[in-house]
Amino acid sequence: MSTAAPPTDRTRPDQIDLTASSPRWGEKAIVGWLFLCAAFSVLVTVGIVFALVEPTLEFFSRVSLGEFFSFDEWAPTFQPPAFGVGRIVAGTLNVTFYALLIALPAGLGAAIYLSEYASPRAKRILKPVLEVLEGVPTVAYGFFALTFITPIIRELWPTFLPGALGDPPGIFSAASAGLVMGIMIIPTVASVSQDAMSAVPASLREAAYGIGSTRMQVATKVVVPAALSGIVASFILGISRAVGETMIVLIAAGATPNLTLLPNESVLTMTAFIAQASTGDIATGTITYYTVFAVGSLLFVSTLVLNMISIALVRRYREAYE
Amino acid sequence: MTSRRNQIATQAARDVTLAQLDGSNRGGQWKGAVFKAVLVLCITVAIVTLVAVVLQAFFTGLPRLDMNLIRNMPSSIDRSTSGMQSAIWGTVRLMVGVAVTVVPLGVSAAIYLEEFADRTKWYVRLIELNIQNLAAVPSIVFGILGLAFIVRGPLDLGFVVYAGSLTLSLLVLPTIILTTREAIRSVPGSIREASMALGATKWKTIWKQVLPSSVPGIMTGTILALSRAIGETAPLLLVGATVFVTYNPDGFFEGAFTSLPTQIFAWATRPQEEFRILAAAGIIVLMGVLIVMNSLAIWIRNKFTRTW
Repeated sequence: MSTAAPPTDRTRPDQIDLTASSPRWGEKAIVGWLFLCAAFSVLVTVGIVFALVEPTLEFFSRVSLGEFFSFDEWAPTFQPPAFGVGRIVAGTLNVTFYALLIALPAGLGAAIYLSEYASPRAKRILKPVLEVLEGVPTVAYGFFALTFITPIIRELWPTFLPGALGDPPGIFSAASAGLVMGIMIIPTVASVSQDAMSAVPASLREAAYGIGSTRMQVATKVVVPAALSGIVASFILGISRAVGETMIVLIAAGATPNLTLLPNESVLTMTAFIAQASTGDIATGTITYYTVFAVGSLLFVSTLVLNMISIALVRRYREAYE
Repeated sequence: MTSRRNQIATQAARDVTLAQLDGSNRGGQWKGAVFKAVLVLCITVAIVTLVAVVLQAFFTGLPRLDMNLIRNMPSSIDRSTSGMQSAIWGTVRLMVGVAVTVVPLGVSAAIYLEEFADRTKWYVRLIELNIQNLAAVPSIVFGILGLAFIVRGPLDLGFVVYAGSLTLSLLVLPTIILTTREAIRSVPGSIREASMALGATKWKTIWKQVLPSSVPGIMTGTILALSRAIGETAPLLLVGATVFVTYNPDGFFEGAFTSLPTQIFAWATRPQEEFRILAAAGIIVLMGVLIVMNSLAIWIRNKFTRTW
């Protein structure tokens, strides 16, 4: 204890070697495999694009752009064929319009209720119910539209309406498909909107309550404007789902390529055409085969644009609040 | 981005204050009540429809909810005893195919994105954006992909069960990646740090610590993905789930097949009442399977998920 000898026997190396004792090739191979799996999802998109591009180009080598992008007539399987895609785009827009008439307000209302009004207990019950609603197979919705909603609207159609609008719909109608599709989309709109509303900081609400606002004012003047980009994103996602939905329109909207926005008529949509034309085995190389891909390309591009806008808007509110 | 937040706050404060000053929110208690009633109505519409869909299928299909439905093959001659055995077996095979394909693929992708990916790299951002977009691509577009690349084209499998499985796997891949990522993310970082501090390599840490802890989440995600795949109809119409098959599939890579949803679709579009009833009975079976799967997922989530 008296004389402190300097610890000369313990030498410390200047540099500690922290690199791995072996190159760990196995570990690197695993990471490589995991990366390939993640990159595979990009390959799926690339696959979709490639699957669509070549037959679409083949289609346009046989049918002119002007003939395709017109509203004249849609009869690709007839002789002589006609390819006025405007007809089935109009059909898609028709059903989408009536679906959104229901889905957007109801989805937004449900989201406001869940985010601002519902007790934690009510939320625990209602959220799974909406999830179940989202998981119902669309073929079941189609059956419901055809065998339950259609007879009701045929019975209760307001025949006092002027002109063609007063005619009761037939067995297939845009109204029946649109109505059921609208309800199918409510959970999508509601859950994305509610996520956006939940991301609004509580301090904003508290400040508004603090200066004497009512609950309704907080919801409509503070929460909705603050979550606007997320709400718009949910609306656009709803449009994308309506445009891409197949089974409900295939079963309940009929197959007549009518150029109309009236709800009481039968319409053919882009998705219903694809499903109808390619059910079973269609012969490769026929013009019908290529038409399916051309319509598929149009459908893919339009939903891609909608999805990208929606994703960008969701990122915007995430950046603002997180 | 705080400026945007301030903007929103300022605007909201101004609106609310103005309402206070001009007295437009005085004596307006009924307005709030009406507003709340409208909101409740919105959510009620959705729930009432759900109940109506289930009840309508149930009461329509009840007369045909018998053993013949499971025992017999589809038949257009004996409508009153026609079954859907081939459709049930087709769906079972399809789902086995989806599960063995999508689980390894999706879980591996999720591990990469959660544990290894550097989010500043452009290709990682591309992959994430791509997965978000794929989740919203219409299902029928996957059918076109299946028709062009899996049934024909590079893979050239023909109209067989596995072509359907593969198409549905691509469709639910985003679902399984997203749910698995959430499960992996919920394992706290301290577990990883403790494992690494004891000298485990990164992969050993994932394999021995992170993955075992996230198994319940991964299983829940798998069941949810399968329950989405089981009800998909449109893509199967394109990859050859023909609507009238009176024998069970021979194997994954040979023979025509049908599935529950495509069989329901075929029956639903026939005008005869007997087929409508059969379609409804099929919907009951399908919804029954879905309810069992979803309950199982919820049960696993509640029973096995660890809270840290």
